[in-house]
Amino acid sequence: MSTDGALDFLRFANIQKSYDQKTMVVKDFSLDVAKGEFLTLLGPSGSGKTTVLMMMAGFESVTHGEILLDGHPITRTAPYKRNIGMVFQNYALFPHMSIAENLAYPLKVRKLAKADIAQKVEKFLQLIELEDFAGRMPAQLSGGQRQRVALARALIFSPSLVLMDEPLGALDKKLREQMQLEIMRLHKKLGFTVIYVTHDQTEALTMSDRIAVFNDGVVQQCAAPEVLYEQPANAFVADFIGENNFVPGKIVGLDEGMVRIEIAGGEEIIAMHSDCDVIGTKCRVSIRPEKMFILPSEHTFANKITVKFLARLYVGDYIRYFFELPDKTEVVVKVLNDHEAPKFGEGDEAHLISRRKDCFAFAVT
Amino acid sequence: MNDTPTIAPVALERGTSDVLTKAEIRLAHREVRRHKMVAFALVVPLLLFLFFSFVAPIATMLHRGFYSPVVAQLIPNTLQSLATWDGQGQPDDAVLTNMAIDLKRLAADRTSGKLAAEINRNKPGASSVVKSSARKLRRTDDADLAQNGATLLLAANKAWADPLMWRAVQKSGDTYTDGFYLTALDLERTFEGELQIREATQIYIKLYTKTLRMALIITLMCLILGYPLAYYLANAPSKTANLLMIFVLLPFWTSLLVRTTAWIALLQTNGVVNSFLTGVGITSEPLDMLYTEFSTIIAMTHILLPFMILPLYSVMKGIDPTLMRAAMSMGARPIPAFIKIYLPNTMPGLSAGALLVFIISVGYYITPALVGGTDGQMISNIIAFHMQQSNNWGLAAALGSMLLILILTLYWVYDHLVGTDNIKLG
Repeated sequence: MSTDGALDFLRFANIQKSYDQKTMVVKDFSLDVAKGEFLTLLGPSGSGKTTVLMMMAGFESVTHGEILLDGHPITRTAPYKRNIGMVFQNYALFPHMSIAENLAYPLKVRKLAKADIAQKVEKFLQLIELEDFAGRMPAQLSGGQRQRVALARALIFSPSLVLMDEPLGALDKKLREQMQLEIMRLHKKLGFTVIYVTHDQTEALTMSDRIAVFNDGVVQQCAAPEVLYEQPANAFVADFIGENNFVPGKIVGLDEGMVRIEIAGGEEIIAMHSDCDVIGTKCRVSIRPEKMFILPSEHTFANKITVKFLARLYVGDYIRYFFELPDKTEVVVKVLNDHEAPKFGEGDEAHLISRRKDCFAFAVT
Repeated sequence: MNDTPTIAPVALERGTSDVLTKAEIRLAHREVRRHKMVAFALVVPLLLFLFFSFVAPIATMLHRGFYSPVVAQLIPNTLQSLATWDGQGQPDDAVLTNMAIDLKRLAADRTSGKLAAEINRNKPGASSVVKSSARKLRRTDDADLAQNGATLLLAANKAWADPLMWRAVQKSGDTYTDGFYLTALDLERTFEGELQIREATQIYIKLYTKTLRMALIITLMCLILGYPLAYYLANAPSKTANLLMIFVLLPFWTSLLVRTTAWIALLQTNGVVNSFLTGVGITSEPLDMLYTEFSTIIAMTHILLPFMILPLYSVMKGIDPTLMRAAMSMGARPIPAFIKIYLPNTMPGLSAGALLVFIISVGYYITPALVGGTDGQMISNIIAFHMQQSNNWGLAAALGSMLLILILTLYWVYDHLVGTDNIKLG
């Protein structure tokens, strides 16, 4: 985390938003963002993440609560007085202005001297490596180039906070990866604070210092990417971030902060528990496909489950194995594609193990 | 391994040869020709239709403005003998005799009125001279007429001794004339060939100016009313926008006549608006609103408003709504952001709408005819008057051609200022 300043540079205090006075789009959202942090709001569409961003930019009113930027409340400040940079998904470049004019616009609005504007525009064109495109119109640029211009335009007036609303959504996969690196490079170089909205979890995981996972207007978990991935706080996060197996079972015992769960077929899994620790309740155990291993022979290990082989999918760099528990629950295991990748016939019995710290028990709701 | 050498050279040859053979070139040419033929065949019906319904009538109209064969056909002999006249004093007796003979024939054919109307255009008052002379000469004897034609003509009306009368006859006799265009410009030619401002009424230049001014006011009114509405339509949820769009298009679906007469009902002396104004006590006496320039402008703005809204709407619909947000996030206040960012992007629709409304209103006829009275007449009404009442098709054609030239000039100016590639209709 490139935090070098106040930990509550941007503060959301009990933010609520309702469009129709009946349903809450954002319910009680509170979060502190440190200066220089790269925070991502991640969630499925309609989860309220874009609404939070628009309230921050001032384009949506806040129904309840307060947004503080650098200690000052900005909840009711007009958008043009907030001094917050914004990058839009569809670039929002002014089609009737050249690239240089687009970059100069925020400076002209601030009534900077002409020489200063020219110098700054030149500097930012260099920064995004588009020096030769100053006189071109936005329509003459490719999608990636346009987004770089949009990025530079949001940064050129040195805002301390930059909002990005799915800025890479319109680009193809390869370009998206390039732009991710570009944004990270600029963020590291210029040190601004970023609030980044996306529904692409890979993007969120690779770029962010912290990720706030949204669902139904509520933050499900806000943590660093590795924490989010490896210690999901609830079933939604476990399911939304990455791929997961959910093995149904029943809690049969408690053991030093862990729970023992009996699954179909009578075998037991010991798992971390997050929201259920009452003996007898039904639960689901989440285990990531790459955190399960296929045992070469039958040994007695803890957290071993016996399954039936269904199919094997050759992906390239890895192989996906599909197994079935006695209760027909499907279990996926990812194995690196090396010469040790085992071979099975259909219906063969196999044994899978996993570490306790990689298994999480979630209550069935 | 054995196959490779035999395949590779062939593949290499086909791959690297970028020069087409003659047969291939011929084939390509034939393909292009075929495409052109198909395209042309598809356009032919429209071209034919346009030729007969647009190009040909306009060409006839332009021709009519110069061509006036009527007098030349009615009194060919008189004109022939008059050709040698020097324009001073009374012409030769031979000319007078020919005129007397021609007039008698015309009186018998009942076409003397036509001649009278034509000559009257060049010399007001000549109509009665021609008509009365023809009436009197009708009963004369042919032989007597050939002998003493000149005396009889002068006896019929002594105006025939006036050289100005004969100048008018000579002028009317020109088959090709610039007279109609000069009249349309409030000019006339003296006998010596000098151009001068018409001594009689000067109405046409004033009328053109008035027409242009009214068209400009109507365009501005449509813009002021249409721009905000188009903006709202383009940004409203589609359900609301569609409903409102029906209201915008509704005038298109009702008869023009009905809409115009509705304005008569509203604006007349004891109409809805006046009853309201006097009833509320804003005015003590009803205002004269109908049959004025005001009523023409109001009714035409109403009728032409959709032509402004539709192109504006279609252009605004294509403008990314985040542009304004982007501008504001960069620190621009709403009004400067609107002027610098939104307005320039609506220019194509704005120009298209303004040009459309302006050009249509410059040539509008029915509404000013119905609600304009004398005050609200536009150039088209005068053209129609010359077509239908005064039967002066030459002048009507000249006025129409001038209108066409005026619009083309304005279009040219507009093209240089704004650029027609900036126009977007939908």
